[in-house]
Amino acid sequence: MSETHEGMDVGYVAKLACIDLTEEETVLFQSQLDQVLHYVEQLNELDVSAVEPTAHAVPVFNVLRKDELGTSLNHEEVMANAPSSADGHIRVPKIIEQ
Amino acid sequence: MADLHKHTLAELSEKLSSGACTSVDIVNDVLASIDSTDGKIGAYLTLDRDDALAQANLADERRANGENLPLLGIPIAIKDLLNVKGQPCTCSSKILEGYIAPYDATVISKLRKAGAVLLGRVNMDEFAMGSSTENAALGKTSNPWNLEHVPGGSSGGSAACVSADEAIAALGSDTGGSIRQPAAFCGCVGVKPTYGRVSRYGLTAFASSLDQIGPLTKTVKDSAILLETLCGHDPLDSSSLKMDVPAFGKNLTADTSLVGMKLGLPKEYFVEGMDPEVEKVVREAIEHCKSLGAEIVEVSLPNAKYAIAVYYIIATAEASANLARFDGIRYGMRIDGKNPADLYAKTRSAGFGQEVKRRIILGTYVLSSGYYDAYYKKAQKVRTLIRKDFTDAFKTCDAILAPVTPTPAYKKGDKTDDPLKMYLDDILTTPINLAGNCALSVPCGFSSSGMPIGLHIIGDDFQEETILKVGHAYEQSTEWHKQRPSL
Amino acid sequence: MKYEATIGLETHVMQKTNTKMFCGCKYEYGAKPNTHVCPTCLGYPGALPVMNEKAIELICKAGMLLGCEINPNSKWDRKNYFYPDMAKNYQITQADEPLCLGGEVTVEVEGEMKTFSLERIHQEENAAKNTHVAGASLVDYNRAGTALMEIVSDPCMSSAADALAYMTYVKQIMQYGGISNCDQEKGQMRSDVNVSVKPVGQKELGSKVEIKNMNSFAFIQDAIEYEIERQINLLESGGSVVQETRGYNPDRGETFTQRTKENAHDYRYFPEPDLMPVKVSSEQMEQWRSELPEMPTPRRKRYVETLGLPEYDAGVLTASMEVSDWFEETMKHTKNAKAVSNFIMGEMLRLLSEQGLKIADAKVTPEKLAQIVALIDAKTISTGGGKQIFEVLFNEGGDPQKIMEAKGLAQVSDDSALEGWADEAMANNPKPVEEYKAGNPASINFLMGQVMKSSRGKANPGAVMQMLKQKLDG
Repeated sequence: MSETHEGMDVGYVAKLACIDLTEEETVLFQSQLDQVLHYVEQLNELDVSAVEPTAHAVPVFNVLRKDELGTSLNHEEVMANAPSSADGHIRVPKIIEQ
Repeated sequence: MADLHKHTLAELSEKLSSGACTSVDIVNDVLASIDSTDGKIGAYLTLDRDDALAQANLADERRANGENLPLLGIPIAIKDLLNVKGQPCTCSSKILEGYIAPYDATVISKLRKAGAVLLGRVNMDEFAMGSSTENAALGKTSNPWNLEHVPGGSSGGSAACVSADEAIAALGSDTGGSIRQPAAFCGCVGVKPTYGRVSRYGLTAFASSLDQIGPLTKTVKDSAILLETLCGHDPLDSSSLKMDVPAFGKNLTADTSLVGMKLGLPKEYFVEGMDPEVEKVVREAIEHCKSLGAEIVEVSLPNAKYAIAVYYIIATAEASANLARFDGIRYGMRIDGKNPADLYAKTRSAGFGQEVKRRIILGTYVLSSGYYDAYYKKAQKVRTLIRKDFTDAFKTCDAILAPVTPTPAYKKGDKTDDPLKMYLDDILTTPINLAGNCALSVPCGFSSSGMPIGLHIIGDDFQEETILKVGHAYEQSTEWHKQRPSL
Repeated sequence: MKYEATIGLETHVMQKTNTKMFCGCKYEYGAKPNTHVCPTCLGYPGALPVMNEKAIELICKAGMLLGCEINPNSKWDRKNYFYPDMAKNYQITQADEPLCLGGEVTVEVEGEMKTFSLERIHQEENAAKNTHVAGASLVDYNRAGTALMEIVSDPCMSSAADALAYMTYVKQIMQYGGISNCDQEKGQMRSDVNVSVKPVGQKELGSKVEIKNMNSFAFIQDAIEYEIERQINLLESGGSVVQETRGYNPDRGETFTQRTKENAHDYRYFPEPDLMPVKVSSEQMEQWRSELPEMPTPRRKRYVETLGLPEYDAGVLTASMEVSDWFEETMKHTKNAKAVSNFIMGEMLRLLSEQGLKIADAKVTPEKLAQIVALIDAKTISTGGGKQIFEVLFNEGGDPQKIMEAKGLAQVSDDSALEGWADEAMANNPKPVEEYKAGNPASINFLMGQVMKSSRGKANPGAVMQMLKQKLDG
C-alpha cells in the first residue's frame, strides 16, 4: 500500500463511478479520502501473505435453484417505474457505440 | 384506553390475546403519539394512516377467527430501505424518487404472515451510509433524549421512533453497527443477527457480505419475539442458511441467574479516546452480570483494531457495485443527458448525497486496476484474522461483553465535517459484521448529561439465544430499560 | 517479409435452460418486450441472484465434451461497467475460478487434422437487447440475465479456415450435447475474435485487435480475412497495429475502430458477495459424464458399422445434429438405412437448401419417409415415384399412399396386364426379338422400354424383365 498510495486521482475515479463532481467536491473529497487512505495504511503492519481471504462471512456452497419458472413482474408495473418508455421498451438517450 | 403506545410488544401481545385491547386501539394510540411527538423527532418519512388502520382491522379479524400469533396486530415501523409492495422505498435518497416497490422483501412477507401492522417508513442515513442519520436527503431525525443530539445511524429513525413510543418495534439493518449504535444512542434494544440468519431479499444492499436485518425494540424479550419471526431459510437469498430457528421469545424466562455462564471481556475493547463515562457505566454493567452469577474471563481480539480499515475498504467496494444500479434508467430519478453516460453522471451526481458519493468513490478506487491487491484483497485477508479472533475467543467464553460506542450520542453537526472521525466511531461494532456473528445492544445507564449508553453483548455464530438470555437477565434485573425520554 | 496471423476466439453460447441464470424468469426468443422480467434481472433494489442448477450442469457437460477439466472449486465475480443493457451495471461472471479449465478440440481443416486448445469456459449472464430508433435507444430486458457461457480458445489458430472449422465443431458439439441450440439468428452463438499478425518466426505476438460480437460464420470469416490483410498492409507500409476493439460492418466487408486501449474499461472485478462458490464433487462429475449423449464421431462410426452406410453418407448425416436426429427417428420405422440416407442426402437437403429452411420446418415426418421407403421396397412404387411423393410431403404434408394414388404412381406387377404389353412389344418389334434370340441379350432393353412406355411408367421393371425373359427364353 505504501508504494501504491500516492493519493488517488479523485476526478478519474469519479468518472469510473459515473459521478460528476463539482470543483469544490473534488478538492474536499481528495483531502478527506487521502486521510482515510492514510489511515488504512495501518494494515501494512500485518503480514498476511499466508492468510486466505474471506469473501463470505459464512462458508456455504452450491446454493442452487431448480430450472423452474418463477413469478415475473407485471409489464405495466415495470413501465410505470421507468422514467421514460416507448413501445413497451425502456427508453434511453441514443447509445453511441463506444 | 390510554397510552397503549407506551407498552412493550410482549405486554401488548398479552393484551391482544386476552382481549383487553384491539389492534385498532393500539394503532390509534401509536398514531396519536406520532402526531404529538414526531414533529420534534422526525422519525417517519411516510405514514399511511388508512392503510395502517386497515391492516389493524384485518389483524383484529384474524384474531376473532381464532389466530393468536405474538405479532398479530402489533404496529412495526420499517426502515426505508426494505421493499414493501406498492410503497416507495427511498433509502433516504433523492435518486429513488418515484420508485414504487413491486415486491415484498422476505422479512415483510414474514411480518404480513405473522399479522404485524406495517406502520410506516422511517428515516435513515442515505443507503445506510452513516452513523448519525444526518446523511439523509428527505428529513432530519432527532434523538428523543435530547433533540439537539443525533439519534445515531444508520437506523436512526427506527431507534428514535421506538424510543419515543411512536412504534412498538421497528426493523433496522446493520452493516457496521447500524442497529446497535442507534439503539445504544436512543436507549432501546437492537439485535444484529448472525449473517445468514435473516434473509436479505428485498433489503436494498449497502454491503452484501455484511448487511443483516434485525429488530429494534423496547426490551430484549420484544427483540426475541420479533427476531423469531424474521429468521429462517429463504431460497431467494443464497447467503441465507438452513438453520433451525429456536423459540427465542418463549425461551426467555423470569430467571435472571447467569450462573454457569462465562462472559468474556476483551481487553482491546476499551479503546483509546473512549468517553470515561461510557467506560464506567459499561464496567458497572459487567460487574452487575458478575453479581448475577456469571464468570468474567479476559479474552483477546487482537485484530479488532484493524476493523475500521478493513470495513471501510470492503463495505465501500461492495457498495460501489451495489449502488451502480441507481442510474436513472429503469426506475427512480432521471436527469436526461445527450447519451447514456451523460445521463448516468447527471442523475447520480444530483441523486446521491455527499457521503454516498464519497463512499462510492473510495470503493471504486480500492477495486480499480492496480490497487485491488493492495486494498481489497488485503482487507479480505485481515477479515479472516478478525473472524478467527472471535472463533478463538468463543472457545473460552459463552458471550462477550463490551461497549457499543466510544461515546454517547453527540450533538448534531459535531462530526459531519470529518468523515474519518465519524468512521472511527464504528470501531466497536464493525468487527462483528466482518466476522459475521451476532450481537445486541441493551441500555445500561446514562451519561451525566442524560444520554443513554448501551451494553454490547456479542455472541458466536448462531448463538442469538445466548446473547438474548444474557441481555434479558441483565435488563430484567436493572431498571434502565424502564426509563423513557420526556417529550 | 512474410507474415503469419494468430487468432483466438471468445465464443458466447446461450444455454438451453427454461429460466434465466439467476432468476425464475422464462427465456423466450421474440416475446413481447419486458414481459419476462423480475426485480432480479431488472436490477431493482434489494433483489438477489440464485444460481440455476441446470445451467451449471450444462456448462460442466459442455466442458467435458470439449475436453476441459471441471474446476472442483469455482466462484463468482462482478465485472463492473455502466451500459444500458446491464441492469445492475455489473455483470455476474467468473474471473479467476471458472467452472471449466483448459480443453482441446481436434478438427479437420482443409484435409488436415488440427488440434486447437481452450483456455477456459466460464458462466456469465446475458445482457439486455438494445434497439435504436430516431434520437433514442430502446431497451428490452427479456434477454437480460439469461444463461450465457463463454468458451475462450487459446490464441492458437492461424487462418479464417481454422476459426471456421473450430466454430463449426463447437457448434456441432453444443447441439449434440443438448447444451445449446446455437441458433445464430437468435443470437444464441456469438463470437469475439482476437487477431494479430507478426513476421513469420517471430516469437512474441503482434498487437492484438479484438473484433466484437459477430454471429454469422460467414461474417467472422470475412472479418478475419479483412483484418489480417489490413494489419499486414499496415506493417508493410511501415505503420504499426494499434491494440483496440473493432467492429465489423458486413455491408462494407470492413472492420472499424470501436474503442482504443486508452479508453479500455477498468472492470474492477471482485468476488460476488451475493453468490456462494460452486463445488463440483467427483460423484457429480461422474453422474454428468454418464449422461452425456452420443457425439458425432461415435455416431458416424455406428452408422458405418451397424447400419452399413458408406463413410460419406455417415459424414453428411451427422454434420448437423438435427439432420442426424431426423435420420435416427426415421430408422425407428424402417430397416433400410441406405434408402433413408439417399432420400435425406438427396431430396431433403436439396429442398431445404433451395427453400432456405431447417429440417424442423419441413412438413414431411420421419414416419412418412419410412412409409415411402416401404412402398419402394415392396415395389409398389418406383424410386422416381417415391421422390415425387417426398416432394409433395415436404411442401404440403399428407399421406404417402393417398398421394401415390392421386398421382397414379403405383407400379403394375399384375401378370395379365404385363403380358398384354409384353406380347404387344414383341409383336411390334420383331427385329430386337430376333437379335436377342441370336445371342444379343442387350436387345431385351429395347423391348423393356416399349413395355414401360405402354404402361406409362407404371409397370414394375423387375416384373417386366422377368416376363420378357420368360417369353423370349421359353
